[in-house]
Amino acid sequence: MSGRVLVGVKRVIDYAVKIRVKPDNTGVVTDGVKHSMNPFCEIAVEEAVKLKEKKLVKEVVAVSCGPQQSQETIRTALAMGADRGIHVEVSGNDYETLGPLQVSKIMAALAKKEDAQIIILGKQAIDDDCNQTGQMTAALLDWPQGTFASEVTLDGDKIKVVREIDGGLETIKINTPAVLTADLRLNTPRYATLPNIMKAKKKKIANVKPADLGVNLTSKLEVLRVEDPPQRQAGMKVETVEDLVGKLKELGKV
Amino acid sequence: MANPLKGQVIRLYKTLLYLGREYPKGAAYFRERLKHAFMKNKDETDPEKIKQLVARGDHVIKELEALYFLRKYRAMKKRYYDPEK
Repeated sequence: MSGRVLVGVKRVIDYAVKIRVKPDNTGVVTDGVKHSMNPFCEIAVEEAVKLKEKKLVKEVVAVSCGPQQSQETIRTALAMGADRGIHVEVSGNDYETLGPLQVSKIMAALAKKEDAQIIILGKQAIDDDCNQTGQMTAALLDWPQGTFASEVTLDGDKIKVVREIDGGLETIKINTPAVLTADLRLNTPRYATLPNIMKAKKKKIANVKPADLGVNLTSKLEVLRVEDPPQRQAGMKVETVEDLVGKLKELGKV
Repeated sequence: MANPLKGQVIRLYKTLLYLGREYPKGAAYFRERLKHAFMKNKDETDPEKIKQLVARGDHVIKELEALYFLRKYRAMKKRYYDPEK
């Protein structure tokens, strides 16, 4: 197969940052906070680049939807080996309400426009944990989907996907074109080192507006409130094993 | 410092500095240690020794990449996957 792979990458708050809720409970603090590529998106990019290195696909295009800063995320994908990038400009209120439905409409439109054979996305983003974009994109395009992929093998014009499901692994074979979502054990993403980032500066990032793709960004969802999770109860210290058993009995645990 | 090696050393320093931004103990801590390590060898003139030191630097790069990957992998595994019974 000598097709084109579209990889969606999302700019999220870095996984190691301690999240703080805004005092007005409308969201989390993002200003001045370190952002990076969603870890599952990194795995998606790595898989796409691996396919290209094996000469199973001919081009990897990295896509990100968001404000100007999303270009940094695309640059990271380019440094990992993507050939070119597409930045779908979404900012302001549209960006606040941007969710899986809107992104999947954008991905579907781009897949048609770019004549993509495979779309690879991360299984979910670590900020909203929706786990919906891949599935919705496949539905909008009426393509088969291989979600929670922990192993992907191209076999002629079909794809064999090993999926991580509750209770074990499921192997399926789907036709192309198809949508895949990457799970944690799919691969080990390469690090975008400085020399690669320098080389990637020559690669092009196209700028597109959702309206150019005929996509309506209105959301039917409204965030009412964002709160911290309940505080963990302080632990109790006991002196002996008997004390421990006694306390557990008191709490009705034993 | 021998000329072609000078470029290599500077590139190594820049790459390590870039990697150090994500160091768990902080970028400033890393930068201080990095500078100290490089300054310690600044008067080295033997090309063979310099090549060895650069190789050691490359090894450190690989170790840092592995560290960062493991940290992220373990964090994701802990957050998204049930602990093994």
